Amino acid sequence: MKKEIIISGFGGQGGLAIGKNLAEAGMAEGLNVTWAPSYGPEMRGGTANCSVVLSDKPVGSPVFAHPTELIALNEPSLEKFEAGVQSGGTVFVNCDVVTDRVQRADLTAFYIPCSKIAEEVGNPKVSNMVMLGAYVAATKVLKPETIEKMIQEMFAGAKAKFIPLNIEAFRRGMACVQ
Amino acid sequence: MQKELWKGNEAIAEAAIRAGCDCFFGYPITPQSEVPEYMSVHLPEHGGVFVQSESEVAAINMVYGAAASGMRAMTSSSSPGISLKQEGISYLVGSELPAVIVNCMRGGPGLGTIQPGQGDYYQATRGGGNGDYRTVVLSPSNVQEAVDFVQEAFDIADQYRNPVMVVCDGLIGQMMEPIEWHPVPKRDLPPKDWATTGRKGRDHHNIINSLYMDPEVCDQHNANLAKKYALMEQNELRWEEKECGDAEVVITAYGTPARIALTAIEALRAEGIKAGLFRPITLWPFPEKALHELAGKTHVKAFLDVEMSSMGQMIDDVRLAVEGQKPIRFLGHAGGVMPTVEEIIESVKKALKEVQ
Repeated sequence: MKKEIIISGFGGQGGLAIGKNLAEAGMAEGLNVTWAPSYGPEMRGGTANCSVVLSDKPVGSPVFAHPTELIALNEPSLEKFEAGVQSGGTVFVNCDVVTDRVQRADLTAFYIPCSKIAEEVGNPKVSNMVMLGAYVAATKVLKPETIEKMIQEMFAGAKAKFIPLNIEAFRRGMACVQ
Repeated sequence: MQKELWKGNEAIAEAAIRAGCDCFFGYPITPQSEVPEYMSVHLPEHGGVFVQSESEVAAINMVYGAAASGMRAMTSSSSPGISLKQEGISYLVGSELPAVIVNCMRGGPGLGTIQPGQGDYYQATRGGGNGDYRTVVLSPSNVQEAVDFVQEAFDIADQYRNPVMVVCDGLIGQMMEPIEWHPVPKRDLPPKDWATTGRKGRDHHNIINSLYMDPEVCDQHNANLAKKYALMEQNELRWEEKECGDAEVVITAYGTPARIALTAIEALRAEGIKAGLFRPITLWPFPEKALHELAGKTHVKAFLDVEMSSMGQMIDDVRLAVEGQKPIRFLGHAGGVMPTVEEIIESVKKALKEVQ
């Protein structure tokens, strides 16, 4: 099993955090993982992206041109990375931000209303958790329990009040693809 | 042991603290700024001293001062900043002072780019400052190695009274990977009875200096230093061979390109093409003898050197080691463009075709 995932969006949309969550959860499940961010001028107001590898074997290259999955949180991300996705791969689109559709017929596309769901559960900041839920449910590469446990550990102590919100967002995201 | 997900640069800083780093002097520059950032918060918590200097030149000279007084001192920077430190590194060697210098390399020349690069190989392995000198240069290709090597670097520096460089490319500094905080080998180190810590009733002053006005004395000083380099060559050599046992094409690479090569090797072997990886871990001393012997094996038909450099730098050491026994091809990019798995696969196939 080897997943090579590109997560891309505007700075502030939580794309890098989705990647970090995937890497943390993969590590918790005993997988070999890497998380490599784009760093540079594109972070200032443009798109920010990261590359994540989840693998049952040691990770060679942490960067790649042909992801198995693309998570596109904004329009430029879909434009930039769709062409490179492996044939038979999957694209997850935040359809509240991106109006374009996936053009290639050899890819599976999921359109997730991340922003709308995040507002429904009470906080626009958890839209990335919605997307994480969609990814986990669609790929089945990680156990939902692992992510929920991670959310509980992430918001320890004074931040504990954010746990139900994040778990709700994660579960609503999962429900989008089930 | 519990695995933890760490960003390379932050892990390097934490590793230094765990190795007993007393003082850190640095100046921000992408892609290594998380090292001083982490140090500024956490080194004082452990009783250490963090100074953000006014320049890289100041930082390396603060390292000189702290090392002279027996402290475990460190600085880090990225390529243009490391260039500015070269005078100080030469003085550290000349004055026989231990220190750890981390170069999180970016593309050059000049300001170049903030993206990963490997264009500082010559500078690191040949001594980028004036005079004849060498420093042990450790080159991690993952975050775990970065953590282990930084900790060991302090011991290596103290053992030889010589600065040690840890050289990684920007991607190793920026990426996150699981690591374990396992114990690293500790060395029996000589006491720092040479340090300028006050006379304390001794019959002599300790003097730290790199100036020798008498040519005979300076010649002898250099001969003594050369003896230390010979010991480093004998004791500190490290490299890794993967799938070289039957390899027809051997890829030589270090740092991130070595990782990219491993993915290419896996794909090539799935197609029945026997490729392997020879990865120097110490860039100096260079594993010349091991590479020479590998080149002599009948199954090895060609080498492919892969670097984040437009013309290649390590390739010169590869040539010296291979000594014309087998052809050597090159694949490289500079300016932050990384060689791709696809390019490596194509280059290996091309190299193999040329020798058949």
